[in-house]
Amino acid sequence: MSTKEPFTIEQFYKFLQQQKLMAGKCLKCGKIHLPPRPLCDNCFSQEFEWVSVSGRGKLLTYTVIHVAPQQFQALTPYAVGIVQLENDLKIPGMIPGLTQEQLKIGMELTLDFGSCSSTLQWPHWTRYCFKP
Amino acid sequence: MNGKPLVSIVSAGMSKFGKHEGLLAREIFSEAAKEAFSRCPKLDPKNDIKAIFIGHMGEAYEHQGHMGPAVADWAGLTGIPATRTEAACASSGAALRTGIYAVMSGLADVVLVGGVEKMTHRTTVEVTEYLAMASDYPFEQWHGITFPGLFAMMATAHMHAYGTTQEQMALVAVKNHYHGSLNPKAHMQKEITLEAVMASRPVAWPLKLCDCSLITDGASCIILTKPEFASKYTDMPVHIIGSGQASDTIGLYERKSLTSLNATRLAAKTAYKMANTKTHDMDVAEVHDCFTFAELMAYEDLDFCPVGEGGKLVESGETRLGGRLPINTSGGLKAKGHPVGATGTAQAYEIYLQLTGQAGKRQVKDAQVGLTHNVGGSGATAAVHIYRSDQ
Repeated sequence: MSTKEPFTIEQFYKFLQQQKLMAGKCLKCGKIHLPPRPLCDNCFSQEFEWVSVSGRGKLLTYTVIHVAPQQFQALTPYAVGIVQLENDLKIPGMIPGLTQEQLKIGMELTLDFGSCSSTLQWPHWTRYCFKP
Repeated sequence: MNGKPLVSIVSAGMSKFGKHEGLLAREIFSEAAKEAFSRCPKLDPKNDIKAIFIGHMGEAYEHQGHMGPAVADWAGLTGIPATRTEAACASSGAALRTGIYAVMSGLADVVLVGGVEKMTHRTTVEVTEYLAMASDYPFEQWHGITFPGLFAMMATAHMHAYGTTQEQMALVAVKNHYHGSLNPKAHMQKEITLEAVMASRPVAWPLKLCDCSLITDGASCIILTKPEFASKYTDMPVHIIGSGQASDTIGLYERKSLTSLNATRLAAKTAYKMANTKTHDMDVAEVHDCFTFAELMAYEDLDFCPVGEGGKLVESGETRLGGRLPINTSGGLKAKGHPVGATGTAQAYEIYLQLTGQAGKRQVKDAQVGLTHNVGGSGATAAVHIYRSDQ
């Protein structure tokens, strides 16, 4: 794996645009960070390598949002959840199209690489989501 | 129970909580400051108060940052160090903690700590966006997760793990609205039925509108001094005997537990130890019921009941006025209202009233020891304080 890209949230989203779910692994203590961070919160090392993470996981918890900020209001009601991936990594995201009755804690979900809205403003982050 | 006083509260003030149309935050704060000054005629505010710390969450509400000096100015205290503390909904819990640092350090013998927020001029959609700023931006806000959404996810996990029900959550609203009906400063002074809570429209499943605290305007403050100086200003001081503040990951998703706030547990452990108290010493408590579910989780994290049994505790009626440990006698964030920056010191205001026998219709008989619990964001900050009166 390449080690030259910075271990930042910006870079995490750049990888997602390339359809890659990547985490930062500390070269000193071995802790894997998702999202990556430039300073290991376990051993304070600044030496990392990128490791690929499977997008398959299990739903840990969820909600269905009915009142949202303006930019999401048109999507309501929409489901969001926190998904447990391998190596005890967890990541939140939308679960489009599923109703509250269809959501079950423990159900298997897979990360779907979304597309970045083509805006010129910061931030240029991909909106991934989860699908059964 | 014999904790040594860290600092003493010699006065306290709070504005009416509700909708203050046409008033700015600084103007609302002046109502709280005026009450605190009036309650303490032996205090000369201009000469005695040596620093002010103001909890204020967001510039977005009024397009106004730098709230420390703005508030000090309108309270007639220009000149002294005036600093805003920001820890989301725990902004004035953090102001209180900071005031304790200032007094105990010896740098300022008398300190005013308080908080303010002006929210009701904004739409619910705008307030939803501003409140969400207290959560993680790149992974929570960015993916449409709202503030109620974060607590809803904790509630879902708790229901799954322990069988907690939506009815148990609704009982918190019923109880706190009853308490609010006895508080002339509460935003909502009307009782509410279990059926009405259950029938209210969904905000973030399983949380409904009546599970959510209110969008409110309000301000609160308390005046602190060294315990040895308290008698100069009042013969009814309330001592703070325990203080804990703790932090956790900004993102809910990075936490080990989704059914407990570790920051609350850490802050409580510190405060209980410092105060040399146990939970059964408490006569009254104000806990952070930003959502009904959050009160149930607070019961467990503050050790008022075993893990998973928060729902059973509210069902027992023990946390209602007249029960073993009345909780949120002010009406809580749920009925008194939640002007976010003002909440922490408004909780301290309620405990001050309770421990000095000034809580009117909602007075807990012979209350001597109390606790406040203030949470910021989805639990990245928590502040717990323990209070004792001499009476």
